[in-house]
Amino acid sequence: MEKTKNNRAWLLVLPVVLSVSFSAIIPLMTVVNYSVQDIFGPGQRVWVGKEWYVDAVRDADLHAALLRNLLFSFEALLIEIPLGVFLALRMPARGKWASLSLVLIALPLLIPWNVVGTIWQIFGRADIGLGGYFLNNLLGIPYNYTLNARDAWYTILVMDVWHWTPLVALLAYAGLRAIPEAYYWAARIDAASNWAIFRFIQLPKLRGVLLIAVLLRFMDSFMIYTEPFVVTGGGPGNATTFLSIFLSKLAVGQFDLGPAAAFSLIYFLLIQVFSYIFFTTIRNIGRGDAT
Amino acid sequence: MRDSQRRWTNALIMVLYFILLMLPIYWMLNMSFKTNEEILGVFSLWPRNPTLANYRTIFTDPAWYSGYINSITYTTMNTVMSVAIALPAAYAFSRYNFLGGNHLFFWLLTNRMAPAAVFLLPFFQLYQNIGLYDTHLAVALAHLLFNVPLSVWILEGFMSGVPKEIDETAAIDGYSFPRFFFRIFIPLIRSGIGVTAFFAFMFSWVELLLARTLTSVNAKPIAATMTRTVSASGMDWGLLAAAGVLTIIPGALVIYFVRNYIAKGFALGRV
Repeated sequence: MEKTKNNRAWLLVLPVVLSVSFSAIIPLMTVVNYSVQDIFGPGQRVWVGKEWYVDAVRDADLHAALLRNLLFSFEALLIEIPLGVFLALRMPARGKWASLSLVLIALPLLIPWNVVGTIWQIFGRADIGLGGYFLNNLLGIPYNYTLNARDAWYTILVMDVWHWTPLVALLAYAGLRAIPEAYYWAARIDAASNWAIFRFIQLPKLRGVLLIAVLLRFMDSFMIYTEPFVVTGGGPGNATTFLSIFLSKLAVGQFDLGPAAAFSLIYFLLIQVFSYIFFTTIRNIGRGDAT
Repeated sequence: MRDSQRRWTNALIMVLYFILLMLPIYWMLNMSFKTNEEILGVFSLWPRNPTLANYRTIFTDPAWYSGYINSITYTTMNTVMSVAIALPAAYAFSRYNFLGGNHLFFWLLTNRMAPAAVFLLPFFQLYQNIGLYDTHLAVALAHLLFNVPLSVWILEGFMSGVPKEIDETAAIDGYSFPRFFFRIFIPLIRSGIGVTAFFAFMFSWVELLLARTLTSVNAKPIAATMTRTVSASGMDWGLLAAAGVLTIIPGALVIYFVRNYIAKGFALGRV
């Protein structure tokens, strides 16, 4: 749509800017303030300048948490995006089964995050949980997410896939419904195979929604906190200490507010740069389709 | 023939997926009807002696059920505020080019990306300083941070689907802008408002970190109340499971009512 140039539109945007700024800018400035000081307690603080930022470059634990988080986000995306598309292709397109599928598939999205953690904490336990009991006693695979680092990692990964694949599936489903029927008729006339339909009609049309899905899932999996905190608390050892858990241990657990603030600002900046690249890509692709 | 075969395979895959999806939830439901002795004593796929004791505890203890009321209160406040604030802004984004508009839009989105864990203390200090700490309003305001950008995003998509000629015709017919906006435009994007409200409700309902940080007693959310189940005598698994089951119900009801719009909301979003 052709848009009019009108700077008075700022008046309409003003409530949004004010309400978001209030909760965004003031806390952000406080964090900036923390990041250049060493804080011992209320009223006791020393200016340290860029020391914490220099630390961030050297801190091995921070780097480990960052790498762990990158690996986790990568694995989660690698499973959730294809699985979500796969499911969306198989969901009924209309009728009462379509409604039922939508309701069922959206259910995990509306469970409070700590309850998601609780569900999996219970489900994975070897003594009282169905999943843990099944693996240990029926399949004979020793599995214990509180002791074994690998088991803990897979528990969190499976939980994330369970929790968030529905979002990808819903996005892809919505994208599929937006494809006009005529495309399929044309494909049928050409006797195109299912794979060809997917590859040359559905996938290109899904590009936009899939970019949104990747962006949302990347942002959210990169700041995953509540669910692993409930299930493993970051353990065993540091096996599931993702970036947010690491930062909050530093800030709340050890009250090292300065370094925690500096680290999270760097991390905030990194994720913004990445998302900006993504966002511009999305906008440009959208523009390309319109013309 | 090939078509019907494929339909059956698809149905089978979906049924399998839904079984896997529901198993963990079913397990929690199953536990919520058991006593702690039964949970820890015998392993059974369904409750041998179903009991409602866990649910009775929640519905009779004000410390428990007030948690639900608090959560629903601030979630509803947040939903109404998010949609009300986002409506004019989404209109501006869908109709006008203005100085810094695209940058503003990206800035709005970046607020979803802040690592919550470290921002908790500043949030706490901010809301304590302005005297809103431990009120429903505090949580509702804090959740605007991620719900307003999302609402603008979704609403803008719906509004862009309404042809601009409608605005122009209304102006020629002598409608003032507010009258046009409320009498003509809003009814046209009713379903969009429904979808937006659904997402705002969803994200406010599932968020716990901010909600827990900004409250202590009067506005404490149910998700935070659940940590009470850890006591000196160990975990009260049955009670925890029952509380978990009850947090799923409001969400399930909301999905049921908007099921036909969910897909649409995403499809028309700003892509």
